[in-house]
Amino acid sequence: MKIIKQIGIIMTICWISLVIEHVLPFAFPASVIGMILLLLCLLTGILKLHHIREKSDFLLSNMAFFFIPAGVSLINYLDILKDNLLPILVICVVSTVLTFAAAALSIRLTVFLMNRRNPHE
Amino acid sequence: MSELFTSPFFGISLSILTFMVGVKLQKKTGLTACNPLLIAIILTIAVLLIFKIPYESYNVGGSIINMFLAPATACLAVSIYTKLDILKKNWLPIVVGCTAGSLTSMTSIYLLCRLFRLDESMTASLIPKSVTTPIAISVSEANGGIPPVTVVAVLITGILGSILAPLLIRMFRIKNPVEAGIAIGSCSHAVGTSKAIEIGEVEGAMSGLAIGVCGIMTVIFSLFL
Repeated sequence: MKIIKQIGIIMTICWISLVIEHVLPFAFPASVIGMILLLLCLLTGILKLHHIREKSDFLLSNMAFFFIPAGVSLINYLDILKDNLLPILVICVVSTVLTFAAAALSIRLTVFLMNRRNPHE
Repeated sequence: MSELFTSPFFGISLSILTFMVGVKLQKKTGLTACNPLLIAIILTIAVLLIFKIPYESYNVGGSIINMFLAPATACLAVSIYTKLDILKKNWLPIVVGCTAGSLTSMTSIYLLCRLFRLDESMTASLIPKSVTTPIAISVSEANGGIPPVTVVAVLITGILGSILAPLLIRMFRIKNPVEAGIAIGSCSHAVGTSKAIEIGEVEGAMSGLAIGVCGIMTVIFSLFL
């Protein structure tokens, strides 16, 4: 009964976020609406962690598995992938290094400025 | 005979079986490049091609697994919620780092796609590739991308990030664990986070937080594409 209740809560949140996605005037993914909705429910105390603990542990710890079908549908796009493999790999390497650098250096600057303002902290 | 493959049991068991092979292989080799998801995708595609089983048959079961993606994404909220006190303590560096990271990622990918003259659907598939798969798929789909290409690009990026992370930390002389964690999480999502957890507790928690924050940032920025 406990698990079925947890599944019910999470499925309901997913369905409500679909409704919200439908009503919103711009394209905002339903799954992210669901994430924000659940976070708000937890923050406001409408839901407690123990209401969804087991179900969310199951979903989070097996996250990678749920992407297999999405990845397998690549079978229909093997030609596109083959034609663009080199650019894709170069883009992945370059953007990963740049993103890492941007995040790291901007945080270093922020922490430096914060410390200068409150030197006693 | 063919009706045996259109049963949902076929697609689901094949997915679970190949995933378990992937998990075993990674445990045995200890290599980040032996990502269980990547191995499962490659093995499943190989089985379908070798035995000439149509993708549609596999997807009868596949679509049932696919249904769990939305609830799984929603549950990322739980992992943010359980790290709330670190988020409160470091909110400014986290928000600044994730904003800079997401913006740089999307802009650099866009420019590189132009450079390689990739078409629009390819560009839309690659732009969200630094964030966690469920969010990347949604953003890709909303902008006319090809979700399976996005999944593969996300995986390659994650694996690259976790291999490069120790090297990049030395290269940029990072001493602050908050800085290292956010940088890893914002460029290589959950796969990178598994590496960040190995590097240190603070690094792991920060990297995990960056998955959610960068995901939301990327969705917001993508509204302006």
